[in-house]
Amino acid sequence: MKLDRTSVALLAVGAVLIAVGPVLPKWGVSLLNVSLCYGIVVLGMMLMMRTGLVSFGHGLYYCIGAYAGGLLDHYLKLPDMLLMVAGGALSAAVVATILGFLLAKYRDIFFAMLSLAFSMILYGLLTKSASLGSTDGFNVAAKSIAGVAVNGEGRQFAAYALTVALAAVCALLLNLYLRSHRGRLAEAIRDNELRVEYMGASVRNIVHLHYIMAATFAGIGGAMMSINIGHIDPEMTYWPQSGEFVFIGILSGTGSVFAPMLGALLFETIRSFAYEYSPNTWQMVLGITMLIVIVFLPGGLWSLFRQRRAP
Amino acid sequence: MTAILVAAGLNKSFGAVTAANDINIAVERDSVVGLIGSNGAGKTTFINMVTGYLKPTTGTISFEGRDITALAPRQITRLGICRSFQIPQLFNSMSVAENLLVGVGIMASAGSDWIAAGRQTGNPGEAVDAILDQFNLGGYRDRQAGLLPEGTRKLLDIALAMVVQPRILLLDEPTSGVSADEKFELMDMVMKAVRETGVTVLFVEHDMEIVERYTDRVLAFYEGRIIADGAPATVLDAAEVRRYIIGEQR
Amino acid sequence: MNQLLVVVFDALTYSAWLFIIAVGLTLIYGVMKILNIAHGSLYALGAFSAVSLSSWWLAHGYPPMGTYAMLALAALLVGLIAGPLIERGLLQFLYEKDEVVLVLVTYALFLILEDLMKLVWGVDPLLLYEPYQLLGSIEIGGIGYQSFDLVLIAVAVLVGIGLAWVLNRTRSGKLLKAVIHDREMSAALGINVKFTYFLTFTVGAILAAVGGALTAPKISVVTGIGAEVIVLAFAVVVIGGLGSMGGAALGAIIVGLVRTIAVHYLPEVEVFSIYFVMAVVLIVRPKGLFSGAEVRRI
Repeated sequence: MKLDRTSVALLAVGAVLIAVGPVLPKWGVSLLNVSLCYGIVVLGMMLMMRTGLVSFGHGLYYCIGAYAGGLLDHYLKLPDMLLMVAGGALSAAVVATILGFLLAKYRDIFFAMLSLAFSMILYGLLTKSASLGSTDGFNVAAKSIAGVAVNGEGRQFAAYALTVALAAVCALLLNLYLRSHRGRLAEAIRDNELRVEYMGASVRNIVHLHYIMAATFAGIGGAMMSINIGHIDPEMTYWPQSGEFVFIGILSGTGSVFAPMLGALLFETIRSFAYEYSPNTWQMVLGITMLIVIVFLPGGLWSLFRQRRAP
Repeated sequence: MTAILVAAGLNKSFGAVTAANDINIAVERDSVVGLIGSNGAGKTTFINMVTGYLKPTTGTISFEGRDITALAPRQITRLGICRSFQIPQLFNSMSVAENLLVGVGIMASAGSDWIAAGRQTGNPGEAVDAILDQFNLGGYRDRQAGLLPEGTRKLLDIALAMVVQPRILLLDEPTSGVSADEKFELMDMVMKAVRETGVTVLFVEHDMEIVERYTDRVLAFYEGRIIADGAPATVLDAAEVRRYIIGEQR
Repeated sequence: MNQLLVVVFDALTYSAWLFIIAVGLTLIYGVMKILNIAHGSLYALGAFSAVSLSSWWLAHGYPPMGTYAMLALAALLVGLIAGPLIERGLLQFLYEKDEVVLVLVTYALFLILEDLMKLVWGVDPLLLYEPYQLLGSIEIGGIGYQSFDLVLIAVAVLVGIGLAWVLNRTRSGKLLKAVIHDREMSAALGINVKFTYFLTFTVGAILAAVGGALTAPKISVVTGIGAEVIVLAFAVVVIGGLGSMGGAALGAIIVGLVRTIAVHYLPEVEVFSIYFVMAVVLIVRPKGLFSGAEVRRI
């Protein structure tokens, strides 16, 4: 298969990041870990936004992915990184398949609100589930990767390498999809659903498919985040978390699969620095950044990189 | 000659308003049929029923002998009936070529073939170029559809209907909003494209010059009924048509 | 029986509180098509200002009854300052944007206001219990009811009646309804849409702040109350139908009842039950309980 430039670049950046992992400072590793996990989730937001939909409850799948991974560790005593990620992805996909039958009919603010309701339902359930630690959640500790036991520095590197690899692979897959016949329909649906139907494609099926894909990315991101952070709690499905994903999605723009990764990295960098120097104003910095992007860069940061279309 | 499209006993009412009243039509393959009538006479309702946007209250529609009354627009489209719109329905943020590429993509995947749908479309391909040539849109290839002049939008709207290779093409007022000196050019182009591919055409039109020149059969609608049906010269000359339709318009 | 009365009273109190907040949200959405997340911040601002003003009042040894005036003053000040500031200073430049983008604008505003409040009032919980205790309680049929809660219910009823009166009986209300119905047509008919927006947003902001000021004596006022309340208010207006005043009332009563019943009989499902109802309503009636059908013509 012949790969396009973006795909090649993704693989190259991924390989370089893994290679330099051992010499990166600790803060660099954790910044990348968190950013890339967010980036994976936002890949899904990007796909939904291309399709013209914004979910205000995407934290649902982020949380499901994390808890699915956490439960594998907690109850089944299978604290393997790959298993946890696979479990997270699968659980998110299954739930999205079911909820998608309902959501695929909704648009605009109604889609946003129904997805918000679903995420808050999970929030309500988790905060009252004593066996899962209620509002405090519980700790997660992955102890092996693909069956190979890891600990200490090795564990950290394994988690980092897996995060980078997942981010690269997810972005690569989405990039290939967006360039396919069906992937192109995303923007067609955003522009004019009626015409898509009158050209013979089912808008509802495509929206449903994209919803499942977006949820799967969120599940992977959530599971990987739980491995990196070592802790999960119901805040992962509380609405401000979903708001952050939408935020990064808008910040990034939908121009390229690189955009969510860079957007998440910028978001996390702003957050870490602002939090470090002024813990009570970091949200303000984010809010102002967001307003600036909305007003001056409606296409997101990525539009800075893209050449304007010839008239 | 065989009928490609048959409407039998179509009735449609919206509350107290009757938009279709016992419509019976058999359209011959390869014919060009003009639908005339004043606003609200039921022409667009007829097109909407044939393409599945509206379901008739009673009656059936069959295409090539198959009952399509209950099918959804996308299913009817896939069987081979496609339409244009009074207000062009385009993908406004995309270029003209990308607009057409959407249709090419849907055709390649037959709407539901997931493996074909997964294939790459890095190069817009010959199908797009062919349509661009056919409709003389080559010069607009990379222009954003949302910023095109109205006549070109109209043309692209029809091209989008043609790109999915229909066997029946329904045009809803193809020349409305098109300037007087452009309208024949537009119709010539459409009819040429249609003849090359062997498509049966039904079009709604208010401009009797266009109707006279391009159709070989005319259906005159009045208050949901068909009041005249036949060759253009005969229908346009019928007393009822002159009184109810042409009289009202001129 | 007594237990049931307590539940009903609790539900009414909760519904009243929800209604005051949600009706402002739905009014703004109805007129301006903005689902205002910052409504939660205005609510929180109302609560913080109420605590500050009342505490200042009490610290000077003025009569405690005056704290009620302080609650009202706090709400008015917040509404009259923050409302126009936000509408004129930010929103008016963005009305052309997509509905969902506008939600994000208000989300950004929400983030900014959250931190602004942290800077002004700190992150420790503030308490203001005097206005709640001052009125004492009334005993009816052997059960004591907090008089303050009765006041809350009365305020909600007054707000509801007042808004209904303005909308249906006054000229400006009818003009407002025209704007809700069709923005472009109203502008074409010469209605000053710009001023309508300004007025609507300010009234909505006052209502949010009233909700906050009236809540301040009942809870510990702390950052995060805005986030909690806005998502509840979303549930209320979505259940009722976005943009519908009657819907906001119905939604508030439904959420109030569901939540109170859950708290009394099955506390584990408190939060869950509210959003479960919201989801069910959205699934059964996608545009809420009070909504008309729309048909697209092609």
